[in-house]
Amino acid sequence: MSLGHSAASSPYLAHHFEDLEQQKTSAVLGMWLFLVTEIMFFGGLFAAYAVYRTLYPGPFHAGSHLLDVRLGGLNTGILIFSSFTMALAVHSAQLGKRRLLILFLTLTMTLGCAFFVVKGIEWHHKYVEHHIPGPNFHFDGMQDPKLVQLFFVLYFSMTGLHALHVLLGIGAMLWLVVLAMRKKFSKEWYTPVELVGLYWHFVDIVWIYLFPLLYLLGRH
Amino acid sequence: MEPKFEIFPEQASVLAPRVDALFFYLTGVTVFFTLLIFILVVVFAVKYRRRSDNDPLPPPIHGSKTLELIWTGIPLILVGIMFFWGAKVYHDQLRPPENAYEILVTGKQWMWKFQHPNGKREINDLHVPAGVPVKLTMGSEDVIHNVYVPAFRMKQDVVPGRWTRTWFQATKTGVYRLFCNQYCGTNHSKMIGRVIVMEPREFEAWLGDEVGGTPAQSGEVLFNKFACNTCHSDTSGARGPSLKGLYGKSVKLLDGRTVTANEDYLRESIMSPSAKIVEGYQPIMPSFQGLMTEEQVMQLVAYIKSQSQNDKPSATQIDDSVTTEGRK
Amino acid sequence: MSTDHVETSASIVSVSRHEHDIDTSNYLKAGYTLKSWLLTVDHKRIALLYLFGVTFFFIIGGILAFLIRLELVTPKGDLVSSDTYNRLFTQHGIIMIFLFLVPAIPGVFGNFLIPLMIGARDLAFPRINLASWYMYMAGALLTVVSMAMGGVDTGWTFYTPYSTTFSNGAVVTAGLGIFIIGFSSVFTGLNFAVTIHKMRAPGMTWFRLPLFVWAHYATSLIMLLGTPVLAITILLVAVERIWKVGLFDPSLGGDPILFQHLFWFYSHPAVYIMILPAMGVMSELFSTFSKKPVFGYEFIAMSSLAIAIVGFFVWGHHMLVSGQSEFAGLIFSALSFLVAIPSAVKVFNWTATLYKGSISFSTPMIYAFGFIGLFAIGGLTGLFLACLGMDYHVHDTYFVVAHFHYVMVGATIMGFLGALHYWWPKMTGKMYPEGWGQLAAIVIFLGFNFTFFPQFLLGYLGMPRHYHEYVPEFQILHILSSAGAMILGIGYLMPFTYLAYSVFYGKKAPANPWGATGLEWRTPSPPPVHNFDSIPTVDSKPYDYRTIREELSHVARA
Repeated sequence: MSLGHSAASSPYLAHHFEDLEQQKTSAVLGMWLFLVTEIMFFGGLFAAYAVYRTLYPGPFHAGSHLLDVRLGGLNTGILIFSSFTMALAVHSAQLGKRRLLILFLTLTMTLGCAFFVVKGIEWHHKYVEHHIPGPNFHFDGMQDPKLVQLFFVLYFSMTGLHALHVLLGIGAMLWLVVLAMRKKFSKEWYTPVELVGLYWHFVDIVWIYLFPLLYLLGRH
Repeated sequence: MEPKFEIFPEQASVLAPRVDALFFYLTGVTVFFTLLIFILVVVFAVKYRRRSDNDPLPPPIHGSKTLELIWTGIPLILVGIMFFWGAKVYHDQLRPPENAYEILVTGKQWMWKFQHPNGKREINDLHVPAGVPVKLTMGSEDVIHNVYVPAFRMKQDVVPGRWTRTWFQATKTGVYRLFCNQYCGTNHSKMIGRVIVMEPREFEAWLGDEVGGTPAQSGEVLFNKFACNTCHSDTSGARGPSLKGLYGKSVKLLDGRTVTANEDYLRESIMSPSAKIVEGYQPIMPSFQGLMTEEQVMQLVAYIKSQSQNDKPSATQIDDSVTTEGRK
Repeated sequence: MSTDHVETSASIVSVSRHEHDIDTSNYLKAGYTLKSWLLTVDHKRIALLYLFGVTFFFIIGGILAFLIRLELVTPKGDLVSSDTYNRLFTQHGIIMIFLFLVPAIPGVFGNFLIPLMIGARDLAFPRINLASWYMYMAGALLTVVSMAMGGVDTGWTFYTPYSTTFSNGAVVTAGLGIFIIGFSSVFTGLNFAVTIHKMRAPGMTWFRLPLFVWAHYATSLIMLLGTPVLAITILLVAVERIWKVGLFDPSLGGDPILFQHLFWFYSHPAVYIMILPAMGVMSELFSTFSKKPVFGYEFIAMSSLAIAIVGFFVWGHHMLVSGQSEFAGLIFSALSFLVAIPSAVKVFNWTATLYKGSISFSTPMIYAFGFIGLFAIGGLTGLFLACLGMDYHVHDTYFVVAHFHYVMVGATIMGFLGALHYWWPKMTGKMYPEGWGQLAAIVIFLGFNFTFFPQFLLGYLGMPRHYHEYVPEFQILHILSSAGAMILGIGYLMPFTYLAYSVFYGKKAPANPWGATGLEWRTPSPPPVHNFDSIPTVDSKPYDYRTIREELSHVARA
């Protein structure tokens, strides 16, 4: 059985691909399809949110008013900036600049962690104010507490699922940094960097939708 | 209702023959195409069977646009007929006649409760007059149930948190099965009742005089018990809007929307008051979710409705003209 | 997901190391250790792992079905309690749908054949493929474990608020199992879609693909777009159940109908995940055993896509009596009728393929005939349920039970067994006993009709689903159905026996026992580890029997 073709020419080529181009475009297409499934995954939550917001506008506005727009806005800024550093990381990988790649990945990870810290502060506020759904949930305003709680159930589900994705992204970048330190990447092969880049941009975009939906909509 | 083996269910409502007519059309199409395919497959399989492995290769026929067009077009027409015919029957299934005799139904694990307009209550048995359209307004105390009377070809989910409605007009006296048709837990298969269809005269005799109050009267008691009148007091400056003459009117809401004050609006305003706030009022009403049963909410709404229809004839009496009209 | 690409650089090393000490001319002989199976990244070995998995869970689901039919022989509940019965039908549904029907044909035959049919050495992501099988097994075992933890009694549809608030079963455990299996399904679909896009051999254009591949492409799209929605829905049910917060329970402000929308958004297209691969199998069988190209190739290929796309917009027909709006009812009814058209087109095209053919009655072809019969009845009775006025009577009765068993189960199992017999020589290198094969196919077809046809009558008489006890007038039809189930059970046992026998004592299979076209028949039976000695080039339309016959006669002379 010949491993044949250009296999000998590149140590990165897996046995079942014809050339590096095919291998790379397959991986990128796979990532895009995966992101499509992610959109559907979040889509279920967005649909539920849209339905309940239409059914109960008052309680949802009340819930939305309890969120801290400044912290949410800060996190939006952090993630947008992290998308920028991620793009620079991919660019450095393209040029084969290993040190820059490690620098930008570390920067992106740091921003991801900063996002987490801010999110943690927000969630802690919610905990102190008894806005975490469950037996201890408490709401003082005019609106029906159980409907305001519904807002918070969706808020925590959506931001929680998003945060899980941020966490996975940070993990993936950590792994990239280890690989980069071991000099695994080169100008001709840096597919994992590109894939994690795509993923990270997706995570940012989800937040770009979550922020106005949860924090801004209906605010006067 | 002696158990006897049947192959086709009894027809005992106005809609049953119409559903069955649709059934026969659909069965006709099904039998025709099943036979067509069956015969073609058998004929081809026998006629063109391989006699030996060295048989000459058959001609490679790749397809025919004309045939594709035909067997896309003809089924399209046939299902088009099904759609419009089915939609017509559905249209009538959804619309109870105006003068229907209204029965309040609540489903509960695992029994059916019925209340007649004169207040008479039944559990699992439902007595109705023949020839009179009967409307069921249904709520659930717990999970989703479904009221199904095969002889009437009638079926409707009974969903917690909202009311659903259906109707029938029995054509034959007799006793018919009533099933819960949506899985609802342990004793789902025991949530079976009977519909007893009687001659209108007999039915009236059975119904007798009002006992324990009509739904509206029970609702009035609840209205006072839950102190609804503290806020909905009809005086100027009251904290809640007046409920007199409210039913059927359009209501302007705080957020600018306008809704019609129908049963569903009234129910929602009791269970989730903050969902729709009337213009000019504060969202201060507490939710009564969990404080009253679905049946009590129905009675309360019946009371609020009665505050708007004092001039209309009472729905508790069966009008003879309705009876005869319904039976012709 | 992204792990694959770095690790491939490692896998190349391991492959070339193995090259020296194992026989790569037969994938079955490339290693005999348990490790060589459980850590394989060869799509053909993973296919056999799936075959093992789906067969095992089919047997469990079948035993549950047997108990259900036994209980229903008498109107009274005399075999098990109502709670047990409710668990029986729920577990039967969950196991048969998520553990057998959804993964069966894609997992076994999609895995085995897609690379062979398009002329590739493997699927695009072999490691993810193995991970999919592990996810499937983990999720499946968790689902079975939930049986031991008290079982689930919600019905496989998990309708709220029963599942979130009232049921006392192991809903979260079973839900977690389905959630994990869902990911297995997503990654299988992703693997197939990328492979079909990127890995086709030179000259293998889209319209030269075997129809089996087209069907799997359409299936992959549904897996990718639908499954995540099911996953998030089940997650929300678990959140509501664990933390007692309102999402679907109306007493907490939730909307139980929203659950049904989200659930059926996946679970209706899921029916097409089960049936489309079987349709793909049928296209291959009808062509091979008539020795003719499939009639209307483009129409069959496009009808698969049409079913996948339109199939996403018909979910509301499961909710016609739920109290959804009249407008929604009308739209969903109209679209449900539309989705019937591409299925009808396929059936007509297969029938036309027989015309002037050279028809052989080999076992796979008998399954193909059986498929047409069951699918025609199942599909046409679907029209009753799409029809608004009619659905008010038959909704959630045994009519529905009969309908979906004909379509999902009957047709899919005909496809599965047809495929199993057709590609058995390729997968195992052995021939099965033909007479036994034909007999089993006939017994299964008859048994199936005996079991489920009476249920149409029961349904129209008004027998509701999910009834542990029933009223006495329905007994005769139930007895007929249970008797049929015994025949069906015997029919299912037969292939297990003689196929197992053939693995050890069967005649050796040639590379192309059926004189079939398709690249999978141009490599030895069983295929070598890397599928082809050299990647083939394709220069003609599919189902070209002349070239194949010439080649075969060359081989015979030589």
